[in-house]
Amino acid sequence: MKKFMFVNRKAPYGTIYALESLEVVLITATLDQDVSLVFMDDGVYEIVKGQQTKGIGIKNFSPSYRALDGYDVEKLYVDQASLTERGLSVSDLLVPVEVLETAQMAELMSQQDVILSF
Amino acid sequence: MLHIVNKSPYQTRSLESCLRMALPGHAVLLIEDGIYAATTGSPMQASLGQALAQQVKLYALKPDLEARGMDSRVLPDVTLVDYSGFVDLVSEHPTANSWL
Repeated sequence: MKKFMFVNRKAPYGTIYALESLEVVLITATLDQDVSLVFMDDGVYEIVKGQQTKGIGIKNFSPSYRALDGYDVEKLYVDQASLTERGLSVSDLLVPVEVLETAQMAELMSQQDVILSF
Repeated sequence: MLHIVNKSPYQTRSLESCLRMALPGHAVLLIEDGIYAATTGSPMQASLGQALAQQVKLYALKPDLEARGMDSRVLPDVTLVDYSGFVDLVSEHPTANSWL
C-alpha cells in the first residue's frame, strides 16, 4: 500500500481542478491505497459550508466530501495559515478535518510516496 | 522531495506555498513561467534566499529562461539545468510535487 496525498489548492467552481481531484481521490480509494487530502490556499474554499450552485448551473459536489468517509478516506488536513488568511475557521467547514501548522504539514507531505497537486 | 513550480509569482502564490512546505534537503525546480521568480527584482528573491539558507536547493530550467530572454537576469545561487538535468532531478528524488 502506498501513501497518496492529494493537495487541493483551487477554489471549487472557477476551474475544473477541484472536481477532478475529487474524482481521482475516489478512484485511488477504491484501489485500496492510503489516501490523504490536504486543503490549502484557495483549496480551503472547496469544503466551505453552505454551497448552493443552482444559480450557476453547475452540480454542487461539496456533499461528496462528506461521503469520503464511506470510502475509507478519513485523513483530511487543512492548512491553518490558509484558513486564517481567508477569515475562516473549522466551524465554517462541512466535513471534519485536522488543522495543521506549516511545520506539521511540511512534515506530513514529506512522508508521502506520491503527491498529486490540483 | 522535488518541488516543481511552473507559474509566475505575479500570477499565483504557488511558489510561496511551495517554499513554506520545503524542508532541508528538498529541491525546488522552476520551469515555464515559474522561472520569473528566479530573476533579479523578483518579489520572491528574499524568500528564495531564506530557502537556500535552510538547505533547500534551487534550480531553473535554462531553455525556459532563454526562451523568455531572462537567462542574463537569473539570480546567483540558482542552478541552471537543461532537460536531461530535469530528468536527473526527477530520478534523484523519490517523490515529486508539481505545484499547479
